[in-house]
Amino acid sequence: MIPWGLTPLLSCRDLRFAWDGRRDVLVLPHFDVARGERVFVCGPSGSGKSTLLGLLAGVGVPREGRVVLLDTVLSGLSSAQRDRFRADHVGYVFQQFNLLPYLGLVDNVLLGCAFSARRTACAALHGTPRAEAERLLAALGLDAAPLRRRSVAALSVGQQQRVAAARALIGSPELVLADEPTSALDAEARDAFVALLLAECRRNGSAVVFVSHDLALARHFDRIVRLPAPARAEAA
Amino acid sequence: MRTLVLAVKSMRMRRFAVALTVLTIALSVLLLLGVERLRREARSSFASTVSGTDLIVGARSGPVNLLLYAVFHVGDATSNVSWQSYREIAALPEVAWTVPISLGDSHRGFRVMGTSADFFTRYRYGDGHALGFADGKPFDDLYDAVIGARVADKLHYRLGQRIVLAHGFGGGPQMLHADKPFRVVGILAPTGTPVDATVMVSLAGIEAIHVDWRSGMRLPGMEIGAAQARAMDLTPTSVTAFLVGLKSRLAAFAVQRAVNDYAAEPLLAILPGVALGQLWGLVGTAENALRAVSAMVVLAGLCGMLTALLTMLDQRRREMAILRAVGASARTVFALLALEAGLLAAAGAALGVVLLYAALAALRGFVAGRYGILLTLGPPSGEECLLLAAVVLLGLLAGCIPAWIAYRRSLADGLQVRL
Repeated sequence: MIPWGLTPLLSCRDLRFAWDGRRDVLVLPHFDVARGERVFVCGPSGSGKSTLLGLLAGVGVPREGRVVLLDTVLSGLSSAQRDRFRADHVGYVFQQFNLLPYLGLVDNVLLGCAFSARRTACAALHGTPRAEAERLLAALGLDAAPLRRRSVAALSVGQQQRVAAARALIGSPELVLADEPTSALDAEARDAFVALLLAECRRNGSAVVFVSHDLALARHFDRIVRLPAPARAEAA
Repeated sequence: MRTLVLAVKSMRMRRFAVALTVLTIALSVLLLLGVERLRREARSSFASTVSGTDLIVGARSGPVNLLLYAVFHVGDATSNVSWQSYREIAALPEVAWTVPISLGDSHRGFRVMGTSADFFTRYRYGDGHALGFADGKPFDDLYDAVIGARVADKLHYRLGQRIVLAHGFGGGPQMLHADKPFRVVGILAPTGTPVDATVMVSLAGIEAIHVDWRSGMRLPGMEIGAAQARAMDLTPTSVTAFLVGLKSRLAAFAVQRAVNDYAAEPLLAILPGVALGQLWGLVGTAENALRAVSAMVVLAGLCGMLTALLTMLDQRRREMAILRAVGASARTVFALLALEAGLLAAAGAALGVVLLYAALAALRGFVAGRYGILLTLGPPSGEECLLLAAVVLLGLLAGCIPAWIAYRRSLADGLQVRL
């Protein structure tokens, strides 16, 4: 992968994070992601993988160190500014239960740009955001037309995760964060999901930070980052 | 706007719980507004019963008591006013007109009022409306009767109907004045006042049916027939009370004092407005208790909503995390829940108003017939609008509790939801 800019998309230095002032659950001296890069993050349970994603998304701020995304120091922004920044530049996929049951298939995808004018504009580059949502769904192997009438709660887990991926990708955010999105899928569906997700990220030019402890998936990625076990984190 | 759409869609999915909550609030609002409406209508109905009458004179008792029995036909007079006193007060130079009232008989549950034909021209109700005849004319003959609209309606009487009056209320057949039947010659148009539920006959008529009675009993062996009575002197010895119209209202206090200081007999003159004021003072406590209860019911309704919102909160953690992930701020989460509570309260208030008007439309015939209170279907008053606004505001405030919890929680949880 050739980075598209000289500075990395994402740059973390000397991160430390603790819940409620107790021992640090995450200690990460150095973590960079280039534009469009696909990074696989693994580590044992409790090594702070989800915490890391929270910091990268700007939901939380580290106790020490800093997260720089798109030349912006996240901890230098107010909480509301970080929320807006996340809406504009970050797509997020949860482990499961990604969808709002009261919204339809396409509306769940459109939720990805609901809080961002930038992503709405981006999604409308080749038509309307709705058309872009349907294109993404089709690209991820979900034909919106026959599924539209059904409640999203009636979709299979695999289908739900692909809708979530479409939501994370709509409006081409620079960074897509995925928190063990395949852990509820069977082995076959996992590879298919990761392949589709990464293909669309490549198309969008989005970088991916993909957290999982299923090392079999690591071969799809440019780079693997292992987070140290919590015992070592405590020692550090 | 976006938050509103999300709140509405989220509520639509939980529509059964939401509908129940809205209904609870609506019923409490219905009670609150209903009590307020009924109170107002009852007051205006009472206040509109006597207009154009400057003084009411009766035997000395309490002002409220006199007002109640003379005008509203509630309760009974303790004693009467002698015909002599009535004549003398009617002859005072300040007095423009008087209408005597003689109560004590009944007809099938309706009061019978002996009066003069002046009653039909002098009595005023509402904004100074005069009595109108739906059919027929005022009484003329000794045994003529005029009936109120409700009497005609309930008993299905038409002109020419023969009716028998009863002595007092609820006596047996021996208490009927069966020997001297009356004939209905006039039916009044509805007024929404106690007149509707009254049978009116002349004072001489009242006198005629009692010529062979003493102390509420028929004199045995002294029967005097209807035709015979016509030949007798039927000037009454007393009346229950009388309405007084003055040439100038400025004289009201002077005449009132003259009546109250009347030497020959203990009398009482009241200004209807002042006596009504005293009546409101009396019923005010009960009214306030009723209002307090309906306010409590509204609070209970809002507490029900709060319970529903708080119970739902745990199930909605995931929803909040998803919204946070797509860029919603914790403030949006707060707004979403507070807005939902505001919408529930507003919907409940709106439904409550709809129910109120439905209830008013359904019950107005019954209430007018049974209690003589005319329920109007006018738009909500300023006070009612304030009450509705208070309900919505309280709902919004109550919603701030779950909203605050969700706000704190979404800051603490971030994107990780522990289910």
